[in-house]
Amino acid sequence: MERLIFKPKSRWREFTGEKLISITAFVALIAILLIFVFVFKEAIPIFTNSYVQEEASLDKMVFKQQFYEGRDSKWSWQPNSEVPKFSLLPLFIGTLKAALVAMLFAIPLGVGAAIFSSEFASRRIREIIKPAIETLAAIPSVVLGFFALMVLATVLQNALGLTFRLNAFNAGIALGLAVIPIVFTVAEDAMTSVPRSLRDAATALGANPWQVSMTTVFPAAIPGISAGVVLGFGRAVGETMIVLMASGNAAIISASILDSTRTFSATIAAELAEVVFGDTHYHVLFMIGSLLFVFTFLINLGGDIVLTRLKERLAGKTI
Amino acid sequence: MKQIELQPNANSLEVVSQMNIGCKPRGLIPRSLTLSAMLIILVILVVIIGNIVIGGIGTISWEFLTHPPEQGMEAGGIFPAIFGTVALVMLMVIAVVPVGVFTAIYLQEYTSPKSRVVRLIRIAINNLAGVPSIVFGLFGLGFFISFVGGGLDSLFYPEAGPVWGQPAIIWASLTLALLTLPVVIVSTEEALRTISIELREGSYALGATKLQTIRRIIIPQAMPGILTGSILAVSRGAGEVAPIMFTGAAYYLPYLPTKLNDQFMELGYHVYVMATQSPDIEATKPILYGTILVLLLLTFALNSVAILIRSRMRRSRVSAQ
Repeated sequence: MERLIFKPKSRWREFTGEKLISITAFVALIAILLIFVFVFKEAIPIFTNSYVQEEASLDKMVFKQQFYEGRDSKWSWQPNSEVPKFSLLPLFIGTLKAALVAMLFAIPLGVGAAIFSSEFASRRIREIIKPAIETLAAIPSVVLGFFALMVLATVLQNALGLTFRLNAFNAGIALGLAVIPIVFTVAEDAMTSVPRSLRDAATALGANPWQVSMTTVFPAAIPGISAGVVLGFGRAVGETMIVLMASGNAAIISASILDSTRTFSATIAAELAEVVFGDTHYHVLFMIGSLLFVFTFLINLGGDIVLTRLKERLAGKTI
Repeated sequence: MKQIELQPNANSLEVVSQMNIGCKPRGLIPRSLTLSAMLIILVILVVIIGNIVIGGIGTISWEFLTHPPEQGMEAGGIFPAIFGTVALVMLMVIAVVPVGVFTAIYLQEYTSPKSRVVRLIRIAINNLAGVPSIVFGLFGLGFFISFVGGGLDSLFYPEAGPVWGQPAIIWASLTLALLTLPVVIVSTEEALRTISIELREGSYALGATKLQTIRRIIIPQAMPGILTGSILAVSRGAGEVAPIMFTGAAYYLPYLPTKLNDQFMELGYHVYVMATQSPDIEATKPILYGTILVLLLLTFALNSVAILIRSRMRRSRVSAQ
């Protein structure tokens, strides 16, 4: 026992090494706090600076404004006009339109494919499905945006006889392609983590495979599937390059999904490069960024809690 | 005899009442419906990839890959964009891999999963993964360029113009590093979980300290997972455009980035600018398709390698048990 294979080095090295590891572990936590602080910091003048507030106070961004005397008051996003207009409503509607189209497209496909993969597919087929979905997830969003801009827009315009080549519908479909992998992965994961014992119990009661899926697996996995949908919605709202390239970027208020539309994220991407550092427009863009951050943060937190609880519950039910 | 505990609840009663025993719908309609959902996704995938491969394959040549753009992007190649992308993700990897691996080690080796700190860090990681990439761009601008870069400038170069407080490859790669941090952590953690307790105990029995065990036993064992995470991070980072738009990417540069505070060209950004701001889109089209094909091949190749390593790792875990 004279020779140890490992020779313990000095205590000091051990100590610094372990401290280094535990300090680094907080980078993620610090990062999320820093993002919060530094994106909000640039939005604060909207609440405090009276010069900024003259052009863009909170109520000016939300309520109808009369910009020229004698004309009707309206909601309008025209940050570069002579009288800068910073109403967020057109952008809000645009974001919602694109995201809703994306969800209407992605939910049936994503959840449907997840049910197929978890309930019907053989192991061999599943080994084709999973890499295919991973491939879809790996396509950079700028490539999806390009595809929507160059190919999909033309196809849709010719098929539907549209006035605007680039519109919320076109952007929404491409956005849906980015959302499908999220919905699929979370939903499929929820369904496959339903314990074997539940399936066996239902089978023992005389259910055929389809009945097992519908009466046992699906209800048990519903929270997970909804979490997938909600997380997908978060992605649809935050995704930038696709809507920037494929939506036409017109900040107008319209209920039609076939009109050109502009989202929050695309507004930041399109305008930040041109703003003067520190002027009203700059702060408003950071304010929009803060809104996006808070929104996705809440959605992710909610999805996270639902999924953790679901996993715990399903694991607890195993015998 | 194994005791089976039955938990009677409303659910199971419902299950019985809903089952029409005797009449047996085989679920043909739902099966074909979900199958068609799957097939639609696959067809779309094939159409997108096919369109880009067919459009781009004719453009790709040795000259295209090794020459700079000419005549306002309508001729020449994309070498500076490839170079910039590679430099960007290499800097990113240098930043993100140590941090990600250390975090994973801390979470797996030093803490109990129930502790409050661990929960907090996990929430942070999950949320970091969900922050929109454009918000990372804003953060990069507000934190790295204005705060850190601007701070360095006012400390060391109060006379000169902006040296660090301007868009630069270092700021873009650090922004991307934060964006890809969750990828590395998750993947490393998965690998750490597969290492058997006997291996650690064996190492302790030989007199190794915890840190020595981590350095000589655990990290080598977790290498496939660390590698997978790094590759996936690279693939993700190489495809992101929104975070680098304001933090360092440039549309055209006559020189290659050689210093940390240089700007750079990047494949994804190149695609975006060519697709949306080209004066003559038909003339740019071949180059555009070629660039996208290069970008896609790069990401797909990286992803396939990562998937391959991961599936081998999972298989060896199964055989070890």
